Amino acid sequence: MQMMHNYATFLLFSVFLCGPQRLWAQQVSFDRDIRPLLSNRCFACHGPDAEARKADLRLDRSGDEGGLIGNVITPGSTKDSELWRRITSTDESELMPPPDSHLKRLNAKELELIKSWIESGATYEGFWAFAPPVMPDNPIVADPSWSEHPIDLHVLHKLESVGRVPAEEADLRTLIRRVTFDLTGLPPTRAEIAQFLNEYQQTPDQAWEQLIDRLLTRPQFGEHVGRYWLDVVRFADSNGMHKDFYRNNVAYRDWVIRALNDNLGYDDFLRYQLAGDLYPNPTRDQLIASGFHRLHLIIDVGTALPEESFAKNVVDRVTSVGTAFLGMTVHCAQCHDHKFDPLTQEDFYSLAAFLNNIDAEPETISRSGPKMGLQPPFIHLATPEQQAQLESFQQGLTQLEGLKTLVGQAQADKELAALVNRLEQAREQLDDTIPKAMVMKERDEVRPTFVLYRGQYDSPGKQVSRNTPRFLPPLQKSGQVASRMDLANWFVDPSHPLTARVAVNRFWQQCFGVGLVKTSEDLGNQGEMPSHPQLLDYLAVSFVESGWNVKSLLKQIVMSKTYRQSSKATPEEFQADAENRWLARGPRYRFDAEMIRDQILATSGQLSEQMYGPSVKPPQPAGLWEAVSMMGERYQADSGEAVLRRSVYTFWKRSMPPPQMTILNAPLRDACVARRERTNTPAQALLLLNEPEYLKAARALALQVLANEADQRLDFIWETVTARLPDDQEKEVLGDLLQDLQQQYLANPALAIELCQNINLSGSELTEQSRAELAAWTVLGNVLYNLDITKTKD
Amino acid sequence: MDIRRKSEILVNRRRYLTNTGIGLGVAALANALAPKAAGFSPEESVHTDQSSGMHLPAKAKRVIFLFMAGAPSQVDLFDYKPDLSRLFKTELPPSVSMGQRVTAMTRGKTQLVMPSKFSFSRQGNSGIWMSELLPHLTAHADDLCLIHSMNTNAINHDPGKTSFCTGSEIPGKPSMGAWLSYGLGTMNRDLPDFVVLPSAFWSGKVNVQALYSRLWGSGFLPSKHQGTSFQAVGDPVLFLSNPAGVDPSVRRRMLDSLSELNHKHYAELGDPEIETTIAQQEMAFRMQTSVPDLVDISDESSETLEMYGPDIDKPGSYARNCLLARRMAERDVRFIQLFHRGWDHHSNLPDNLAGQCRDVDQPTAALLKDLKQRNLLQDTLVVFSGEFGRTVYGQGNLTTDNYGRDHHPRCFTAWLAGGGIKGGIQFGKTDDFCYNVVEDSVPVRDLHATMLHLLGIDYTRLTFPFQGLEQKLTGVEPTRIVREIIA
Repeated sequence: MQMMHNYATFLLFSVFLCGPQRLWAQQVSFDRDIRPLLSNRCFACHGPDAEARKADLRLDRSGDEGGLIGNVITPGSTKDSELWRRITSTDESELMPPPDSHLKRLNAKELELIKSWIESGATYEGFWAFAPPVMPDNPIVADPSWSEHPIDLHVLHKLESVGRVPAEEADLRTLIRRVTFDLTGLPPTRAEIAQFLNEYQQTPDQAWEQLIDRLLTRPQFGEHVGRYWLDVVRFADSNGMHKDFYRNNVAYRDWVIRALNDNLGYDDFLRYQLAGDLYPNPTRDQLIASGFHRLHLIIDVGTALPEESFAKNVVDRVTSVGTAFLGMTVHCAQCHDHKFDPLTQEDFYSLAAFLNNIDAEPETISRSGPKMGLQPPFIHLATPEQQAQLESFQQGLTQLEGLKTLVGQAQADKELAALVNRLEQAREQLDDTIPKAMVMKERDEVRPTFVLYRGQYDSPGKQVSRNTPRFLPPLQKSGQVASRMDLANWFVDPSHPLTARVAVNRFWQQCFGVGLVKTSEDLGNQGEMPSHPQLLDYLAVSFVESGWNVKSLLKQIVMSKTYRQSSKATPEEFQADAENRWLARGPRYRFDAEMIRDQILATSGQLSEQMYGPSVKPPQPAGLWEAVSMMGERYQADSGEAVLRRSVYTFWKRSMPPPQMTILNAPLRDACVARRERTNTPAQALLLLNEPEYLKAARALALQVLANEADQRLDFIWETVTARLPDDQEKEVLGDLLQDLQQQYLANPALAIELCQNINLSGSELTEQSRAELAAWTVLGNVLYNLDITKTKD
Repeated sequence: MDIRRKSEILVNRRRYLTNTGIGLGVAALANALAPKAAGFSPEESVHTDQSSGMHLPAKAKRVIFLFMAGAPSQVDLFDYKPDLSRLFKTELPPSVSMGQRVTAMTRGKTQLVMPSKFSFSRQGNSGIWMSELLPHLTAHADDLCLIHSMNTNAINHDPGKTSFCTGSEIPGKPSMGAWLSYGLGTMNRDLPDFVVLPSAFWSGKVNVQALYSRLWGSGFLPSKHQGTSFQAVGDPVLFLSNPAGVDPSVRRRMLDSLSELNHKHYAELGDPEIETTIAQQEMAFRMQTSVPDLVDISDESSETLEMYGPDIDKPGSYARNCLLARRMAERDVRFIQLFHRGWDHHSNLPDNLAGQCRDVDQPTAALLKDLKQRNLLQDTLVVFSGEFGRTVYGQGNLTTDNYGRDHHPRCFTAWLAGGGIKGGIQFGKTDDFCYNVVEDSVPVRDLHATMLHLLGIDYTRLTFPFQGLEQKLTGVEPTRIVREIIA
C-alpha cells in the first residue's frame, strides 16, 4: 500500500514537475530512465572502455561478466543492493560517483527513479537503438475520430496518456505556407495560394494531397531537402585549412539535388556515397556520389607531415560516416574505447580500414592551389558534344604524330611541332571548360591498418582488419577481404538497428524542428531517448519497407494531422514545451538562413530558377576574406543573375562563410552537423534590417506593389510576403506608416534619391512624388521582411 | 497584455514626439540611453554584481587576449639562454630533441643550434630578462608574469591556433570568449560580450597564417556567445549602418510600426520568441549608436593617442585595436581578443621579428599603462601569447645575423598581467637549449583553467552537454590551476 502510494505520488510528480523530456514517464523504465543516469555518471569508469574500467565492474551490461543485476543490484531490495548503498553513501570515500571525478551527484529525483526501479524488480533492457526496429501495432486511442493515420495514432496515444488533446487544424493559408517551405524551401506564390484555396473549396478531401504531390515534383524540392544533407556531410567550396584553397565539390552538390529530385532510394543514396566507385562499371552518378569521401578538410603540402595529414583525413572520413549514417559519435573511440557506447577503439580502426585505402595524396598542392580546385583522382563529366570534340582533337594529334614520322626535314618538323603545340593548347582550353568531379578510388593493394595509440598517427599498435563494430549485426563479406561495398550493404540491411532510424529521425526534424530523438547526431547511450519510440520505429520500418522512399516518407509526415495542427498556443504552453516535444501543436520556429534569403528573393520577384553549376558569390561586406586569408584574398562578388540564385549555390569558404548565412546559425561546414541551433540575436536583427541586397529586394517588391491599384496594394504586399491577408489593424498600422514615410521622404528628397538610384517607372524618370512613394513602399517592404512571422514557419 | 492598449501607447508616444517637435532623432537617443525601455530575452542573464564570479570570487572581470598568430620566437624575446652563444651551429644533442616530431619543413635536416642575435637585459625591480626588441614593454616588467613553460601538442598553425582558442585541435568546439559569455553573461547590454579585433596589417610580410572564424566561434554553445569580429573597413560590426536611403529617423519610424505589428502577432500567436525578436531589434537599434560611439576615438586626449604610437591613426592597426580594447574594457565587454598576424619566421627572422615587435611593443605597453591609470588593470586580465614557440635550431642558411626558426610546441613563453596576477615574476623553466620544459609545465589547458579561475569560474563546472559528454574548455586531460602565479 505504501509502495502504491509512493508510486502514485511519483507519477504525479513526473507529470507535473519535470521538464517535457521526462514527461513520458508512467512507470520507471530502465531504458528510458535508468540507463541514461548510469551512462552519465558511471560508464566512464564502469562501462565499455576496458582501459578505464575500475573494479572490473561493467554497468553497461546485465548480469553476466561483472554486470549490473545480481552483482551490485538485488532486484526488489535497495537494502541489499551495493549500488544503492554507494550512490547514497555519506562516506566520501565510498560515495559514487566519487567526488574527485567532478561528476554531478545523483539528485533526489534521480535517486527516487533508481529506487523505484530497484524496488519494482530491476528489469533490465538492452539499449533500444542497438536492437532492430520492429513494426509496432497501432496504438488504441480513446478518440479514433481525429485520424486513422498511424503517425497521428502514436501522437494521440501519448497525448491522451496525459489527458491532453491535439490542437485544431491550422488555417489553409498557414498550411500551404508551411508545407511549401518544408518541401521546397520557398514561400507559395499568390497564384499557388489561390489555386489551393480554390481546389480546397471544390474537393476538400483531395486538395491537400494534390498540393503535396505537386510540391514533391518541383525541382526546388531537391535544392531544399539536399541542403540539409550538405550540412551533415560538411559540404563546402574550400579546403578549410592553411591557405584554404578552392576545392571543387560542385558535381557532388548537384548530384545530391538530382538524386533527391529523382527520388533515389535512401539505400542507394547511401551505397553510392559510401561505395559508388566499387560498382562494376559504375555510372557517372555513382562515381560523383563517392566524392562523399573527398569532402573532409584538407591541408596543403609543406606544413604538417603527410602521414599526419593522412591520418587526419581518415579520421575525418570515419567521423562523417559515423554522423551521417550511424548516428553515433564514433570519433570518441579514436583515442580510447568509447566511454558510453559499446564501441571499442579497435572497432574505430576496423571501420577506418574501409576508408583509408584511397589512391590520393593526403595533401593538396601548394602555391596557387590545385587547378580548378581539383585534386586527383577525379573524373571528366564531358557532354557527348564535348566528348566528340575531345576525340577529334585526339585524332588530329594522332594524325600529326603520323606525319611527323613521314616528314624528315627540319623546317617541316618545326612547323609540325608548332601545330601540335597549338592543338594541344586548344584541347587543354576545351578540357578546362569540362566539369569534373573528385571521386573515391581504391588502391589495388589493401593498406594495413593499425590501432593508433591515443589516436597518434605515429604510434601504431595492433593491426586490425576491416570490420564493423562488434555490438552491431555482423558484416557479410563478399570476398576474402571485406570491401566498402560490403560496408554499404551492411548499413542498408533491414536488420540494421540504426540506419533507418537515423534517417527518418532527420527527416522528421526537417518538418518539426526537433527530431523524435532530439540529438539527431547521436542515437547512442548519451543521446536523448526518443520522445515517441514506437512512432520512430513505425517510421523506420515503413521507410525500409517502402524501398527507402524519401518522398513517400515526407509525404506521410506532412499528410498527418499532427503536422497540420495549428501552432497557436498560450505563452505558458510555449514555455512549458518550448521545443514542442509533445506535438500538441503544430511546428513554429525560425527558418534557416537560406530559407530567409531565398524567401526575400522569391517574394520580391527576383529569384533565379537556374539550377546547378559552380557556386556563386552574392555581394558581402568588404574585407571579410582579407581579414582572415593567408594570401590577401579578396572576395569578388558576382553580378547579374548569379547574385539572385538560391542560397544552396552560394560559395562556401570554410574559413569565412557568407555572413548572411552564419549570422543566422548556418554551420561553418568544417565539421559534420546533423542539426542546426536556432538563436535570436541583435546581429540577426541588424542583418535583416540593413543588408543592402535585402533592401534592394524590398525595392523590387515595392515596384511590383506600385503596379497594382492603390486599394489593392496593402493586400498584395502582405499576401506576397506572409501568404496571409492583412486585417484592419495591420492595414491601419501600415497605412499610417506609409503616410509618415512618404512625408519624410518628401521632406528629404536627397534621401529618396539615394534609395531609388537607377530606378525608373514605366520608362519615365521618377518625380519627387513618385520617388517618395517608391521609397515609402520600399521601407514598408523592409518592415514586412523583418516581421517575426515572416522569418518563422508556423 | 492587451494588444490594443500596447498599440495605443506606442502610437501616443510617437505622436507626442512628433507633436512636441522633439523629433525622431531624440527618440532614437532616448532609446539608446535607456536600455531598459525595451524588453529583453528572458534567458538573458545580466550579472550586475560584478565582483562575484560564477563559482568563486573573481579577481578579474574581463580579459584582453593579445594573440600573436604565427608564433613569436620565445628564444629571441623572453626565454634568455646566454650559454647558447657558444653553441652556434653545433648540432642539437639528440638527448635534447628526443625524437621530437618536426614539421614538413625541417624533416630530415640537421638541427643546428642558433643562438639569438638579440641582447637581453634585466628589467624593473624584479630583474626579469627581456629582449632589446621590446623597449616599451620592458618598462612594465614588474607587472608581467612570464610563463616560460607553456606547451601544446600541436606543431602546425591550424591545429595550434584552434587548440589555443578553443581547447581542442578538432574544429567544432567553443572558443574561450564564447565560454565566458556563456558562463558569466553580459555586463553591457548595448555591446557584444565577446569582441575580436584582427589587425588589418602587420610588418612581417612573409608566411602570414590564416585566421578562421572558428577561432572565435561558439561551437556547440548557442551562437549568441560567438565573438563579434570588428572590421577595420566599413561597418565595425557587420550590417550596422542603415543602408543607403534609410536614415535614423526613417529607421526609428519603421521600427515603431514593426514593433507594433510584432506585438500584435505575439498577442495572437503566443510564442514568446516574438518578444525576443522585438527586443533584439531594439538592441540592434541601440548598437547603431553604441558601436560608433565605441570606435570613435575623437574624444581621446592627444597624450593618450601619442602614447599608443604612430600607427594609432590607421584604422585596423594593432595600435588602434589596443586603444579600442581599452575603450571596450571601460564599457565592460567581457572578452576582447586581438589577433596580430605575421610571426611565422622560418626565414629572415631578425628583420621580420624586429618589425613585428615594432608593431606591438609600444601599443601593448600603452595599453597596460592606460588600463592602469584608469584603475582597470586591477580587474582586467591581459594575456599575450602565440599558439606555440619556435625552435632553438635554425632554419635556412645560418649566419650570426640571419636565420629562421621552425615551429616548436614543447615550450614557449606567454605573459599575463593585471587582474589577479603576480607581477614581476617568471614561472616555469626550460632546459639550457630552450627546448624542453624542466620545471612547472603549463599546458595550454592549464592556462585556460587558470584564466577561468581568475574570472571566478571553476573550470570543472563550466560545462555544456554535447555528444554525450559534459564538455569543458579544458577537455578531458588532467588539468591544474597554476596557483603560483595568482596574486
